[in-house]
Amino acid sequence: MIENIDLSLVNWSRGQFALTAIYHWLFVPLTLGLSFILAFMETIYVRTGDETWKKITKFWMTLFGINFAIGVATGIILEFEFGTNWSNYSWFVGDIFGAPLAVEGILAFFLESTFVAVMFFGWNKVSKKFHLASTWLVAIGANLSALWILVANAWMENPVGMVFNPDTARNEMNSFREVVFNPVAVDKFFHTVTSGFVLASVFVIGISSWFLIRKREEMLARKSIFIAGIFGLVSALALALTGDTSARTIAKVQPVKFAAMEALYEGSDDAGLTVIGALTDSGERIGEKKVHDIKMKIEIPGLLSVMTTGQQGGYVPGIKDLINGNPERGIISVSEMMERGRYARQVLTDYKVAKELGDTDSMASLAAKFEDRDFNDNYFKYFGYSYFEHPWQVIPSVPVTFYAFRVMVGLGFFFILLFVMAIWFHRRETLEKNRWFLWLALFSIPLAYLASELGWIVTEMGRQPWIIQNLMPVHVAVSNISAGAVQTTFWLFAVLFTALLIAEVSIMVRQIRIGPKH
Amino acid sequence: MISHAFLQDYWWLIISLLAGLLVFLLFVQGGQSFIFSLPRNDMQRKMVVNSLGRKWEFTFTTLVTFGGAFFASFPLFYATSFGGAYWVWMAILFSFIIQAVAYEYRSKPANVYGPRLFDTFLFINGSLGPFLLGVAVATFFTGSDFTLDLFNRVTWGSGWHGLEALLNPVNLLLGLAVLFLARVLGLMYLENSIDDDALNASIRKALVRNAVPFLVFFLAFVGAILLGNGYRADAVTGEVTMVKHHYLDNLLGNIFTLVLFLGGVVLVLVSLWLAIFKGSRRAIWLAGFGTVPVVMALFFLAGYGETAFYPSSSDLNSSLTLAKASSSQFTLKTMMYVSFIIPFVVAYIWYAWSSINRSRITTEEMAGDGHAY
Ligand code: HDD
Ligand code: HEM
Ligand code: HEM
Repeated sequence: MIENIDLSLVNWSRGQFALTAIYHWLFVPLTLGLSFILAFMETIYVRTGDETWKKITKFWMTLFGINFAIGVATGIILEFEFGTNWSNYSWFVGDIFGAPLAVEGILAFFLESTFVAVMFFGWNKVSKKFHLASTWLVAIGANLSALWILVANAWMENPVGMVFNPDTARNEMNSFREVVFNPVAVDKFFHTVTSGFVLASVFVIGISSWFLIRKREEMLARKSIFIAGIFGLVSALALALTGDTSARTIAKVQPVKFAAMEALYEGSDDAGLTVIGALTDSGERIGEKKVHDIKMKIEIPGLLSVMTTGQQGGYVPGIKDLINGNPERGIISVSEMMERGRYARQVLTDYKVAKELGDTDSMASLAAKFEDRDFNDNYFKYFGYSYFEHPWQVIPSVPVTFYAFRVMVGLGFFFILLFVMAIWFHRRETLEKNRWFLWLALFSIPLAYLASELGWIVTEMGRQPWIIQNLMPVHVAVSNISAGAVQTTFWLFAVLFTALLIAEVSIMVRQIRIGPKH
Repeated sequence: MISHAFLQDYWWLIISLLAGLLVFLLFVQGGQSFIFSLPRNDMQRKMVVNSLGRKWEFTFTTLVTFGGAFFASFPLFYATSFGGAYWVWMAILFSFIIQAVAYEYRSKPANVYGPRLFDTFLFINGSLGPFLLGVAVATFFTGSDFTLDLFNRVTWGSGWHGLEALLNPVNLLLGLAVLFLARVLGLMYLENSIDDDALNASIRKALVRNAVPFLVFFLAFVGAILLGNGYRADAVTGEVTMVKHHYLDNLLGNIFTLVLFLGGVVLVLVSLWLAIFKGSRRAIWLAGFGTVPVVMALFFLAGYGETAFYPSSSDLNSSLTLAKASSSQFTLKTMMYVSFIIPFVVAYIWYAWSSINRSRITTEEMAGDGHAY
C-alpha cells in the first residue's frame, strides 16, 4: 500500500503543516497568557473601583483583540488539514484523535468566542460583575482549547487507551480516561500553558518598558510591569519544573527523541548533562545518517543520568544502542523490530484474505492472535516499523533537536532572571534609572517567541519520522493527492499568512504608539 | 448497552443539527455579501459591519465544531471527502481565513492594505462561503467520483479534486439556494439589529429581490433530488444501488423527516411573508426556526433509511454509509455523553447574545468610543 509513495508529496505536506502550525503558534501563546493578565487587571478594577485599572485593562484588551483575530484565522486551517493533507492518518485514528478535537469545539471554542464578544462589546451593556466573569471565562476557554488539542497531540507522541481492531484494520479507543490522563498530555498541558503565560508576561513587560523609555504612560507601565512580573515569575518557575518532567517522560516513551535532544550516541551509566556544545561531523555514519561529535562542550558530569532516571549511575541509552540494539540492557535492535512488525502485518493480511475468502476457521484463529498478550506486546507493538526499509530511517535530525532544545532551556532560565529583575526594580522604584533593563526587556519579546516556537520544533522534529510514535510513519499518513496541489496551497498559505502577519504587526505597533484612550 | 447502530443514528442527528445551525448562522455571510451594494455611505457600512461583526465568531466556531464532530463520529468521511475533494475544501477554508481578520483589522489605523481590501475579504467570504458549502453538501445526493481500496485509502477520479462538482447543475442549484438563503437571512438580521430609516428601507427592497431566487433554486433542487435517482444501501448486504425516487421514498417513509421538512418550509415561508408584506423586524427568528429543521431534514434524507450519505458515482460500493464510515461504539458512546453539554452551551450563548443585543445599533453608538470595527 505504500509502494508508490511520492516523497515530494510527503515533504510538501510536512512543510505545509509546519508552516501553518508555526504561524498559528505565533498568536496562540499570547492569547493564553494575556487573557489571564486581563482578568487579573480587571479584577483589581472591579475590587478597587479605580478607573486607571479600567484604562489599563482596556489598553491591553485592544492588543489582545488584534492578536486573537489572527489566531482564530490560522487555527481553522490546521483542524481541516488533518483531513485534507493527512487523510490516511485521519481515517486510521479518527476514532481516538477526532474525539478531543470535537470536545474542544463544544467545550472550549464556544466558551471563548461567546465571551470574547461580551468582553469587547459589553462594557456599557452588562453589569461590572458579569463583564468580569466574561473576561475570566475567555481566559478559561482559551486555556481549555489548549488542553484538548494537546491531549490529541500527546496521543500522537505516546499512543494509549486503545485496541487494534483487525476487522476495520485500525486503532479504536477503549479508554477515554487514559487518553486524557496520558502522562505526556499532563506534562504537555502544564508546560505549554505556562509557556504562554511566560510569553505574555514578557510581552507586557517589554511594551511597558518601551513606554518608560519614551517617558509616557508611566503609571500604566509600572502597574503592568508589576502584575506581569509576578505572574511571569511564578509561571517561569512552573515552566522550568514542567519542562523537566516533560523531558523525563520523553526519556521513557520516546527514547530516540531524548537521545537526539542530547546528541547522545553512546549510552552510559554516567551520562553528563551538556549545557553548551557545538556539533561537528565525526565522519562516522549510521546508515546514511551522520554521527555528530560535541565540541566546545561544557558538561556537568553524571547529571543527565540522575535527572532522567532519578538515581546516580542510572543508564541512559544512546542513539546507537537504540538503533543497533543492546542485549545487555534489554534493548532490541530496530531491524528486529522491523522483522516483528512485518510478521504482525502478515498476520493482518492473512486475516483480511481469510475474510475475503470467507474462511471462518482461519479467521477465528488469526483473530485470536489479536487478543493474545504475547502477540500484542512482542509483535503488534512494532507494527509501524514494518513500513521502514533501513533501521537508520527512524533517527530524527540530531542538530535541529539538540540546538532547539538548548536554546529553549537557556531562554527559560534567562526569563526567570528577567522577571526577578523586573520585580526588584519595580519594588525599589528604579525601573526608569536602569535603562539597560528597559531595553533588555523590550528585546526579550522576540526571544520569548523564539523559545516558544523552538519548543515545538523539539517536539515535532524530534518525533520524526513518526506521525504516531511506533505506530504510523509520516509517509504512510499522507493524502493521495498530487505534490503539485500541496505545493500550490503551501505557497498560497505562505503568501496569505505573511501578508496578514505584516498587517497584524503594523496594527499592533500603531496601537501601542497610540497608547491607551484617555 | 446502547447499540452501535443507535449511536450512529444519534451522531448523524447531531451532525444534522450542527449543519442546520450553521446554515442559519450563515446570515453573517449573507449580510457580508451586501457590503458593497446595500450601504449608501460609510456610516451605513460601519453599522452593517458592526452588527454582523458581533456574531461572526458563532458561525465560524460552529463550522469548526461541525468539522470536529464529523471527524470524531465519521472519520472515514473526513478522510475521504477532505482528502479527495481537496480544492473545494481549501477554497472554503481560505474564504473563512480571510474573514476572521477582516472585522478586527478593517478600520484600524496602519492596517497596511486599506479598509477596501478587508471589506473585499468579507464580500468574498460572504458569497463564496455559502455557495461552496451548498455545493459540497449537494454531493451527498449527487455523488462524487472516488474509489476506496482495501485499506480505505481514497483515490479521487477527477484531477480537479472536488472542483468538478461545479459542473453538476444539481450541485449548483443547492449552492445558489444556500447563497440566497444566507442573503435573505442576512437582510432579516440587519433589519432586526440596526435602527436607521434609510438603511432599513433599502433592506426591505433587497428582500424581495433575494427571496424569489432563493425559492426558485431551493424548489428546483428539492424537485431534482426527490424525483431523480438516489443511492440506496442495502441494510443487510451493504450493497449500493441506484434507485428511482429513493429520496422521495425516504421523505415519505419517515414521519419525522416529513414533519421537519414541511414544518420548516412553512415557517420560512411565513417569515418571508411577514418580512416582505408586514414589514416585520423579527422575521429572522421565525426564519431561523424554519431553516434549522429543513436542513436537518435534508441531512436525514441523505443519511437515514438504507442510504449512502456520501456516495461514489464511479464505484457504487465505495460509497460511505453511516455504518461504514463511523467510529467505534466506544468512541460514539463517550462522545454522546459529551454532546449532552450542547444544550448548556446553547443556553449560555443565548444569554450572552441577548445581553449585548438589548438595544439596536445606531449612528450615535457608532460615533462613540466603544470597541467598533
Ligand atoms: C516560552 C517558551 C518556553 C520556554 C522558556 C521553555 N519551554 Fe519547553 N516547550 C515550550 C515552550 C518553552 C512549548 C512551546 O510550549 C513546548 C512545545 C511542545 C510542548 O509540550 O511545549 C515545549 C517543549 C518542551 C519539551 C518537549 C516536549 C515533548 O517533546 O513533548 C521539553 C523536554 C521541554 N520543553 C523542556 C523545557 C525545559 C527543561 C525548559 C527550561 C526552563 C523549557 N522547556 C523552557
Ligand atoms: C501549534 C504549535 C505547533 C507547532 C509550531 C508545530 C510544528 C510542527 C512542525 C515543525 C512539523 C513538521 C515536522 C517535520 O515534518 O519535520 C509539524 C508536523 C505535524 N504536527 Fe505539529 N506543531 C504544533 C502543534 C501540533 C499539534 C497540537 C498537533 C496535533 C494535535 C500537531 C500535529 C502535527 C502533524 C499531524 C504533523 C504532520 C506530520 C508529521 O510531520 O509528523 N502539531 N508540526
Ligand atoms: C495543530 C493543531 C491545532 C489545531 C488543529 C488547532 C485548531 C484551532 C482552531 C480551529 C481554532 C479556531 C477556533 C475558533 O473558532 O475560535 C484555534 C484557535 C485557538 N487555538 Fe488552536 N489549533 C492547534 C494548535 C493549538 C495549540 C498547540 C494550542 C495551545 C496550546 C492552541 C490553542 C488555541 C487557542 C487559544 C485558540 C484561540 C485563538 C487564539 O487565541 O489564537 N491551538 N485553533
